[in-house]
Amino acid sequence: MVAYLLRRLGQSLLAVIAMAVLVFIGVYAIGNPVDILINPEATERQRLEVMERMGLDRPLWEQFWVYFGNLLQGDFGRSFVYGESAMSVILQRLPATMELALFALVLAIVFGVPLGVIAGLKPDTFTGRGIMAGSILGFSLPNFWQGLMMILIFAVFLGWLPAGGRGQTTEFLGMRVSFLNWDGLKHMILPAINLALFKMALVIRLARAGTREVMMQDYIKFARAKGLSYRRVVLVHVLKNIMIPVVTILGLELGSMIAFAVVTETVFAWPGMGKLLIDSINRLDRPVIVAYLMLIVFLFVLINFLVDLLYSVLDPRVRLAQRGAQ
Amino acid sequence: MTDIPNPTPAKKAKAISPLRAAMLDFAASPLAMIGLFVMVVMALSAIFAPWITPQNPYDLSQLSIMDNNMPPGSESFGGMTYWLGTDPQGRDMLSAIIYGLRMSLMVAVTATLCALAIGMAMGITAAYFGGRVDTLIMRVVDLQLSFPAILVALILLAILGKGVDKVIIALVIVQWAYYARTVRGSALVERQRDYIAAARGLGLGHARVMFRHLLPNTLPPLIVVATVQIAQAIALEATLSFLGVGVPVTEPSLGLLIANGYSYLLSGAYWISVYPGIALLVAIIAINLVGDQLRDVLNPRLRR
Repeated sequence: MVAYLLRRLGQSLLAVIAMAVLVFIGVYAIGNPVDILINPEATERQRLEVMERMGLDRPLWEQFWVYFGNLLQGDFGRSFVYGESAMSVILQRLPATMELALFALVLAIVFGVPLGVIAGLKPDTFTGRGIMAGSILGFSLPNFWQGLMMILIFAVFLGWLPAGGRGQTTEFLGMRVSFLNWDGLKHMILPAINLALFKMALVIRLARAGTREVMMQDYIKFARAKGLSYRRVVLVHVLKNIMIPVVTILGLELGSMIAFAVVTETVFAWPGMGKLLIDSINRLDRPVIVAYLMLIVFLFVLINFLVDLLYSVLDPRVRLAQRGAQ
Repeated sequence: MTDIPNPTPAKKAKAISPLRAAMLDFAASPLAMIGLFVMVVMALSAIFAPWITPQNPYDLSQLSIMDNNMPPGSESFGGMTYWLGTDPQGRDMLSAIIYGLRMSLMVAVTATLCALAIGMAMGITAAYFGGRVDTLIMRVVDLQLSFPAILVALILLAILGKGVDKVIIALVIVQWAYYARTVRGSALVERQRDYIAAARGLGLGHARVMFRHLLPNTLPPLIVVATVQIAQAIALEATLSFLGVGVPVTEPSLGLLIANGYSYLLSGAYWISVYPGIALLVAIIAINLVGDQLRDVLNPRLRR
């Protein structure tokens, strides 16, 4: 188990380093950052001065070590726009994004699993087919379009919910959160559903496939033969067995949810990291872009690692296979 | 087998070529035929946009600012009917949508074809040579596929900047890995077949065996993936343009049209955003319907 964990940890580190190199190539080797930093009318002398101050006159490999050393210390430079450290600008926005993503994740599970189980139990009925058709739509329609339609229906025509922004926040564990007061919650409903729809479609498919497979197993027949009610078999035996793939995939998807939040946050003007990224791209605020990139890569790798861990805890077969291999 | 079957009916059955049989199978689904019909109509109107649209939406001399923000169905000063309304510049939305569709399809199809070519070459190479080449290529593919497409595309565009060519490059880089993986999968199976050994035994070169013998036999699953990926490319391009990092404002695609109408959505001028959205939706669904049916037709395991 320890050997396995160390090997996974090594792979994760390699992935982070690979991304750091790619980002370095993208930002430093393609195009000179100075061109963006200084006034285009600056003289050649001023240009050289700035390059010297930033260390851009040194050989590329030396620059790489400086960049890499700074990365290790979590130093991504100062944001051109906010004048603060790029990482702290992003970290200020992190809670808003995380709250949205987690809320969406909960929605995806709470609605996705039951719908998927129903579709799996009754695959050939109108309900079952309807659920699957809905999930195909959830997959293939662009996320931003779904968001716009939700704004049009619920904010413009019906006027039930606000069209964007974060609303009121409450202090909670040193962070400002929306879910503890009604106004904040109202602002969060539409963006969270928007972010959840795609994942919900995924959960429905997983739960449906899992249910169909599990229902054919002997232990289900045995449980029924033993006299357990249909209700109990579905709620305990089926549900427990389909949760492994659902949890694994959803854990992996938390990272992609944070990435997809870029779209949702832009549509709903939600003040999170994703909107910050788009704003930074539009303002050419490179330190923030690089910091966001490295943070999201780190999150991805971390999530993958944790899911692997969780997987081996949840599924005894994985754990035993590793023990057997040692 | 007690009696020898009469050769004539067997010959007759063979008279239907595999392509024709696949086409007949495809036509069996009315839904897929509708999808195909919509796809063809959209592709034709995109290609012939300059000749069929009521006005050229980007020729300022044809626009009348008096006609701005008109709801669908209203009549212009010149007596023309704006079936889908006009935008704040007095632009006919129907014309703008057809031009937008032209842009969206052009970007998506170009990107898909380029990605297909690169992915195919990489996948075949990986499967044919195996060993280190295979490991190297597939590691890159795995690393890339572990990040969501939208994120990779955003990063690339953040580095490359705006522009039609840049969007195409980003889409190609995002997509090639899917094709590489698909081709490698089927090529690994085909490589073990005798005809490959025979071709090598005849003294044919690696390139010839790879592209003339191995490649054609890996095409069916690739066609299915490519169809679905065109829809994905359209959706991704629309999303990027909506976010403002895609195509430039002078050559809007459907995504950018939707983004432009977004600010008017809240004031009730829904048509500027909604109709391009519906066009986008119909295109994506039509392509997916065709792709689904192709998957059923071309998958030998599902063959009756």
